[in-house]
Amino acid sequence: MAAGVATWLPFARAAAVGWLPLAKKTMPKPPVDKKSRNDEILFVNVSGLRFQTWKNTLDRYPDTLLGSSEKEFFYNEDTQEYFFDRDPEMFRHILNFYRTGKLHYPRQECIQAFDEELAFYGIVPDIIGDCCMEEYRDRKKENQERLAEDTEAEMATDTPLPPHSTPRERLWRAFENPHTSTMALVFYYVTGFFIAVSVIANVVETVPCRPPKGSKKDLPCGEKYSLAFFCMDTACVLIFTFEYLMRLFAAPSRCKFMRSVMSVIDVVAIMPYYIGLVMPENEDVSGAFVTLRVFRVFRIFKFSRHSQGLRILGYTLKSCASELGFLLFSLTMAIIIFATVMFYAEKGTKGTNFTSIPASFWYTIVTMTTLGYGDMVPNTIAGKIFGSICSLSGVLVIALPVPVIVSNFSRIYHQNQRADKMRAQQKVRLARIRLAKKGTTNAFLQYKEEGGFQDRGSDSALCLKNRSSFEHQHHHLLHCLEKTTNHEFTDELTFSEMCMTESVGYRTSRSTSISSQQGVSTSCCPRRAKRRAIRLANSTVSVSRGSVQELDTLQVHKTSAGPQSRSSLNARTEDLKLNCDDRDFTAAIISIPTPPANTPDESLPPSPAIPGILRNSRCSSFTHETVKISSL
Amino acid sequence: MGIQGMELFAIGVVIILFVAVLKQFGILEPMSLEDSSDSDLELSTVRHQPEGLEQLQAQTKFTKKELQSLYRGFKNECPSGLVDEETFKTIYSQFFPQGDATTYAHFLFNAFDLDRNGSIRFEDFVIGLSVLLRGSVTEKLNWAFNLYDINKDGYITKEEMLLIMKSIYDMMGRYTYPSVRDEAPSEHVEKFFQKMDRNRDGVVTIEEFIETCQKDENIMNSMQLFENVI
Repeated sequence: MAAGVATWLPFARAAAVGWLPLAKKTMPKPPVDKKSRNDEILFVNVSGLRFQTWKNTLDRYPDTLLGSSEKEFFYNEDTQEYFFDRDPEMFRHILNFYRTGKLHYPRQECIQAFDEELAFYGIVPDIIGDCCMEEYRDRKKENQERLAEDTEAEMATDTPLPPHSTPRERLWRAFENPHTSTMALVFYYVTGFFIAVSVIANVVETVPCRPPKGSKKDLPCGEKYSLAFFCMDTACVLIFTFEYLMRLFAAPSRCKFMRSVMSVIDVVAIMPYYIGLVMPENEDVSGAFVTLRVFRVFRIFKFSRHSQGLRILGYTLKSCASELGFLLFSLTMAIIIFATVMFYAEKGTKGTNFTSIPASFWYTIVTMTTLGYGDMVPNTIAGKIFGSICSLSGVLVIALPVPVIVSNFSRIYHQNQRADKMRAQQKVRLARIRLAKKGTTNAFLQYKEEGGFQDRGSDSALCLKNRSSFEHQHHHLLHCLEKTTNHEFTDELTFSEMCMTESVGYRTSRSTSISSQQGVSTSCCPRRAKRRAIRLANSTVSVSRGSVQELDTLQVHKTSAGPQSRSSLNARTEDLKLNCDDRDFTAAIISIPTPPANTPDESLPPSPAIPGILRNSRCSSFTHETVKISSL
Repeated sequence: MGIQGMELFAIGVVIILFVAVLKQFGILEPMSLEDSSDSDLELSTVRHQPEGLEQLQAQTKFTKKELQSLYRGFKNECPSGLVDEETFKTIYSQFFPQGDATTYAHFLFNAFDLDRNGSIRFEDFVIGLSVLLRGSVTEKLNWAFNLYDINKDGYITKEEMLLIMKSIYDMMGRYTYPSVRDEAPSEHVEKFFQKMDRNRDGVVTIEEFIETCQKDENIMNSMQLFENVI
């Protein structure tokens, strides 16, 4: 019920006294109001801004946060007020809703922020007053469109290739996004070049060239150098046909592909050539054949695959279909009216051009679009008057829908630009997120390293001080997870290396025979391992890694050292020092002379030789600090 | 038509356009444009401020706090300080969504609007409420009599009572159980007159009314019902 109704209810109840003398039956007992009806002032503190209001005001809407007992959760006993840690500016509007019964949408606020506040206070956005409802709806729709576009854009282009794509899928991706591989880019540019060549050839074909010896008339170049042009045409058509067939083969849904606009343009562009080949040199049909050659000009539309601006234009025209339709309809109406009037006005004049109403159509169109060729001119006064009215109204009728189309185009264009900017921003954002995640993982791995699980020795306490209790608890949680699943966390690089070198593992020497490597390979790269399990009799991950890989980082080194170096405390402290000093030293290549056994599996018995080797390599790494920068 | 006709037609069209353009510039003023805009201003400038709190306290039986609370609600709903009949009907109809409360609201409005000037001021409102909620039984009965007596001549005729009764039954709406028959209001009026009209002269006077009501226990008991509304 609206606020007003609640205020007037006591009055309506009081007026019921008027029914009492007329009542046929006895009246029911009134409800007993146990609460004290004295109105009190409530204090509401929103992020420091204190609001005060009558309790009755808030009670008007009992199904919102402030009107129900839910607000008691926010009551602060010490200051005797309700404290909300929210935006104070927005709260003003919320409170005004209680006071006036109308919710207004502040135009300068972001629509999402406003929605969130409404959701928090339990107010349904449908009760926004009529004055602000339209604006609210428009902004909300705009926002939703933007979000939908963003998710689309995210999913569409720059997703990394799924690992198991067939050649067909890869081909399709290469066609749709030429930036993914160099081959695709080359092909893209080649087709673009040939489209241009073909279009230019078509144009130049008709230019008159100097006639060959013995003839006086100027010949179009197409006939003079007919062989050359024919060869060029053939080459272009071959390329286009090849491209079309490739696309057809690669398309995930052939029927849909064949119905799409671009495919139709492709077909129309190459058909005339083939029809020309097939058609005999007959005089009757060659006229039709000449007409077909006109369709060769459609090749220019193939450029729209290459140019985004063209696509935007096409999309704009499509989305402004209703405006264009209106324009056309109003123009047609005006043309018919004015043509009729002009015809009857000029009927009497001798030798007039306005021979019929359809003939006057031409005059009307030329006048309304202010072209004014002057091939048809009215002579009578009435004709001239109506002619001038026609041209004036033509300007108006055409000028009306044009701004709508222009604004649509500008909106779509800006959206597109925004999409590009978003993509660029997305990359930066994702990189940052990845870095943060890496940081967390590395912090955890480091934590493990430094024996955070065991009793804190004096050495390890040095670096452990820097962490907050939050981090400690977080690391403890991760450790619990590890213990639960009996797997350990490693970092991305180690994992990717293991997977990568798994693929080349069978090629390299099978020197080290640590049998449990098999188990390792299955745990980290199950799919590949399954495929190669037969071949991988003896190969080890670490072997291949050592011999092939130049990419390595200190973290990997650290993880590898971790389980191994439990046997030798010295190594650990050295390692520790490394970590503490070179925290940010993430990308450095250390070529490992001999492969350390990098296994997350704790059950692996460390061979005694290895820590020594490790130490050596670590020392070497320590001496030349930045050997090479990894090409990450 | 011929050429002459077309020319005349063309000239006619030109003249019409010309006149339209002149009208736009306000040079030609065939109609009176003044009156329409000013009349809108009138209503909004009318405002009413109530009498002071002490005077109202003297006139009614409400406490200061109650008066304050009442006025806040009243002023919130009607910032101009006056309630006209249309607004009153709208407000009252909100409580009876199934039926048509406008007729009864009209009678109610007249009962509240003591000085018959077409709008209820806060004083009227509060005085009426004071009688209804804090008044003695006699005062309440007086008020009820005043409500039924449409032309305020001191007598309730059968026609007046019928109108009142019909308006009350109208508030019930169509969907009732049992259905409201067309004769129900007149039957009810008959019963009322049988009870109230002592001297069978076809009208009920104030004395007859009060006397009869005071003898009726049901009515007397029910008069206390609405005392705790505020």
